Amino acid sequence: MISFSQVCKRYPNGFNALKNIGFTLEAGEMALITGHSGAGKSTLLRLIAAIERPTSGSIIVNGQNVSTLNGGAIPFLRRNLGLVFQDQKILFDRTVFDNVLLPLQISGFDSRAATGRVRAALDKVGLLDREKARPITLSGGEQQRLCIARAIVNRPSILIADEPTSNLDADYAKDIMMMFKSFHQVGVTVLIATHDVELLRGTPLRIFALNHGELTV
Amino acid sequence: MNVWLAHHWHAFVLALKRLAGAPIGNLLSIIVIGIAFSLPAGIYMLLENLQAFSAQVSGTPQLSVFLEMGADSDEVAQIEGRLKEHPQIASFEFIPRDSALRQLTQDNGLADLVDGLERNPLPDAFVINASNLSPAALEELRAELQKWPRIEHVQLDSAWAKRLDALVSLGRLAVLMLAALLSFALVAVTFNTIRLQILTKRDEIEVSKLIGATNGFIRRPFLYFGAIQGMAGGVAAWLIISLGIHLVDDELRNLTRLYVVDFPLYHLSPEDSLTLLLLSACLGWVGAWLSVANHLWQIEPS
Repeated sequence: MISFSQVCKRYPNGFNALKNIGFTLEAGEMALITGHSGAGKSTLLRLIAAIERPTSGSIIVNGQNVSTLNGGAIPFLRRNLGLVFQDQKILFDRTVFDNVLLPLQISGFDSRAATGRVRAALDKVGLLDREKARPITLSGGEQQRLCIARAIVNRPSILIADEPTSNLDADYAKDIMMMFKSFHQVGVTVLIATHDVELLRGTPLRIFALNHGELTV
Repeated sequence: MNVWLAHHWHAFVLALKRLAGAPIGNLLSIIVIGIAFSLPAGIYMLLENLQAFSAQVSGTPQLSVFLEMGADSDEVAQIEGRLKEHPQIASFEFIPRDSALRQLTQDNGLADLVDGLERNPLPDAFVINASNLSPAALEELRAELQKWPRIEHVQLDSAWAKRLDALVSLGRLAVLMLAALLSFALVAVTFNTIRLQILTKRDEIEVSKLIGATNGFIRRPFLYFGAIQGMAGGVAAWLIISLGIHLVDDELRNLTRLYVVDFPLYHLSPEDSLTLLLLSACLGWVGAWLSVANHLWQIEPS
């Protein structure tokens, strides 16, 4: 469950990225955040993962008040979230397998259990046969799927993706969106910032439209 | 507990991988640390040897009391009586001049020289073990005996050994200061190595933070790296000292044989070796910790 109440975010330079945001996304729901560039989509997602802190208001994620969480608790919040970043943040100095392994190493899995989980995650995104490949040799769509595998390997209850289809052509983008839909169907809460609302036409989901930092729906 | 072990194992393996990842650079750092540490450790080793040498040569301090050449057996008996009653004297041995000469002939192979003498040049002597071995008490006893009649000279055998001891403790102080200075060097070397590592691992650190790594998780491999590199430097120092001993030992033995003692150079004792390794590991850890504390906060996900 994600709940925003009267959340404002003002940057030190005086720019108001988010103004009085309030919404609740129940567990197991799927939602898209739309809006022009600079509307505050990324900022909203980053507040959920405590990558940034709100100027005022409260953000509840899985029963925890993220806006007042102390620094030591943040890593444990993030372990319950699957994050797909806009700039992907793939580590190019290691294999596909090791990229997906990293979250499990961070959680302290022993290597045998971790290996099984990494393979399962890679299988879900269709990259099992590329586990020994270097990320640089993957296509754009495959790199995005690698990011998704890394986000879901910890089996998070909430999956958050920032523009996951922005650099992909239509077929790949559709693939990726279908993948998120399938996670939603097995009970994961999914929140995606995107321009491509059309890709999920016909799927029951909520849409939050942001305009200059304000929620318009 | 398993998670804790898994984290530490992961950090340890990662540190080893990073060491192996840049073998030449890391080897050079280790050698620099080794050379820096071999200096104080080597001098310390020499001082230990010097002290062992002085102990071997001097034993417990004794007073040698030489009587005047003309002292007759009655006077000798009188002195012996006084020595027996003296409270400061634990035991003593009378060495008649004849047996002293015999011993000189046997021990030092000076038979030819002694044969050439017209008469025995050695006086009767007592060798005294004092009950109180403190330098002040010995000196007092020496002064007192010196005033007795028919006593030519009283010699405190350990005087030079004491001077050597004083020199050794001065040397120890110098070693301590040298070690303190070079410890800073080790900390600085590690600080810099880790700083460079953090800069090159920027992406990895940022991603790890984003997906839920605690600061401890990120810090740990660097700390292990610092400790392992420090300890490897300690091992290098130990090996440098071993090499030094190996090179010097034969020559030194030839030299000490001239002074009628066989004195092999001892390496650092197991305790001292262990201290060396632990100290270098700790200093590496401290250097890494300082570096991590200084640089890690600069890498925040943005």
